[in-house]
Amino acid sequence: MNFKRLVFAVLLSLALTFTLAGCQGGGKEVVHIYNWGEYIDESIFKEFEAQTGIKVVYQTYESNEVLYAKLKGGGANYDVIFPSDYMASRMISEGMLEKLNFDNMPNISKIDETYLNQAYDPDNEYTVPYMWGTVGIIYNPNMIEDEITSWGALFDEKYSGQILMFDNSRDAMGIALLYLGYSINTTDKAQLDEAYELLKSQSPLLQAYVMDQIFEKLEGGEAAIGPYYAGDYIVMLENNPDLLFCLPEEGSNVFIDCMCIPKGAKNKENAEAFINFMCETDIAIRNSIATGYSTPSKEAYEALPEEIKNNPIIYPGKDVLERCETFTNLPQDILDYYDTLWINLKS
Amino acid sequence: MKQHGSTFKGRHFFTIPYVVWMAIFVVAPLILVVVYAFTSKSGQLTLDNFTRMGSFWAVFTRSILLALIATIICLLVGYPLACALAREGPRLQRIFLMLIMLPMWMNFLLRTYAWMTILENTGLINSILSLLGLPNISIINTQGAVVLGMIYNYLPFMVLPIYSVLVKIDSSVIEAAQDLGANSYQVFLKIILPLSLPGVLSGITMVFVPSVSTFVISRLLGGGKNMLLGDLIEMQFLGSAYNPHLGSAISLIMMIIIVVCMMVMNRFGEGEEQAVIL
Repeated sequence: MNFKRLVFAVLLSLALTFTLAGCQGGGKEVVHIYNWGEYIDESIFKEFEAQTGIKVVYQTYESNEVLYAKLKGGGANYDVIFPSDYMASRMISEGMLEKLNFDNMPNISKIDETYLNQAYDPDNEYTVPYMWGTVGIIYNPNMIEDEITSWGALFDEKYSGQILMFDNSRDAMGIALLYLGYSINTTDKAQLDEAYELLKSQSPLLQAYVMDQIFEKLEGGEAAIGPYYAGDYIVMLENNPDLLFCLPEEGSNVFIDCMCIPKGAKNKENAEAFINFMCETDIAIRNSIATGYSTPSKEAYEALPEEIKNNPIIYPGKDVLERCETFTNLPQDILDYYDTLWINLKS
Repeated sequence: MKQHGSTFKGRHFFTIPYVVWMAIFVVAPLILVVVYAFTSKSGQLTLDNFTRMGSFWAVFTRSILLALIATIICLLVGYPLACALAREGPRLQRIFLMLIMLPMWMNFLLRTYAWMTILENTGLINSILSLLGLPNISIINTQGAVVLGMIYNYLPFMVLPIYSVLVKIDSSVIEAAQDLGANSYQVFLKIILPLSLPGVLSGITMVFVPSVSTFVISRLLGGGKNMLLGDLIEMQFLGSAYNPHLGSAISLIMMIIIVVCMMVMNRFGEGEEQAVIL
């Protein structure tokens, strides 16, 4: 057979496949969602598609910093993203987010106003709150007899070898700063140094620095105590009902994760339709129950089952929240300093 | 049929896809790494990224040391295994090769996760030890566990190149040596070892290079306490500061260290075939 003809035939069939595949995708409206892992009830996608005819393309990330790097690197093609408070503020200041058209999102009226106009987005132009929650200490009472009330437990030699710690600099330094009585958003290098010294002295007591590995290690009794998010504690209970949660007396970090549209998103209106859909009461309830995190929707909160609504771990009282602080974006030199301290800590 | 790729021009045509592939996915990223390494965030030419390298001394030495230990152990375990394998009958060879390759059919991350649960204080090994009434061992979250993870994951890359060189050694060469009165010790030292050197060198390269740049193994098995080069580079992209320029500079230094190591090794095996530089 003539070789050229063979190549031509192969190329032609390839081209045909691609154009056909392209047609299939192109004829339908889509929205590209980029969310934290395990942070949504995925069954809602079908309903959204049935309601609007917009197809959901869903991908996940594991940290705010991954999201930031992905967008900063360019070439990312997302319509809805879920940055936390401090990351939303960083993205706003760097012009990485689109202003939202709230006329397309009437359901925003269902959000409790406490969660709007936050410091990271004072005029509430770029963000819609999705979930909120606190950070606390999760521990296994079968391994630790005392009742834990303070961040000090994480620095206590008594529990040496059984302690886990956050494997990211912002959260780990935040805990040290809280224990020392400083703001988690401090830009005072002397205070940061003090927090670093505390972490350095903690290091020999630690079993490991972890992120999501904490699930397996606390559930299985491999480690006795570690700090993590309240919502994830609720999920851990399903596998180990003995675990306890403590929101330390020194106060803690309260976070709000938002829904935003990155600059240059190709399907902005679809994205707004999706965000609006996410604010619908029954959808917000389902997401909140599936993830274990707290919903900022007034209506959804009212409609929650009593045992969730009255659970002080998921919905702590005003007095507790007053002791808590949200992360704000830090100036670049302090971010660099965080990295330097973090590397020294692990060297 | 006449023009069937036999002319030089025709052969040239077939290399185009590969050349294009290399240009897009190997050469272009390398150029980008170099450009990033020598520029600052504002896009100016700078050497700042390299002057900061001194503060990472501990991370560099630890990574190289752990990778070296893993490579040496892989060699000590892999060489005898490859030797034994090369002497077996073809059927047994096939079965053993399959067994060596088998773990690689599973995802790398999954295998490392499995090791985590095997080594943990409440893990498989310690559960069995407790059942037998023996004292528990605590190995998880140590540098030893990191090295173990490297050896487990990269041992096949040591065995396979050595094996493939050993099976190609002409048995008549060995017989000739024996006929001339060499004992088995001399045969090994004077015949087999020199002839297998290219395989050893590629084996070393293929174990050392991924070991020195790994980051998942140290995170899962080392408890995140021992930062390695891979972790350091990852942190420049996914840490709080986001500094791809510094990350590129560290990557560049790492590449230079690896290339220098390979060159030294190639000198070591001079006169033999060159080791594969990845």
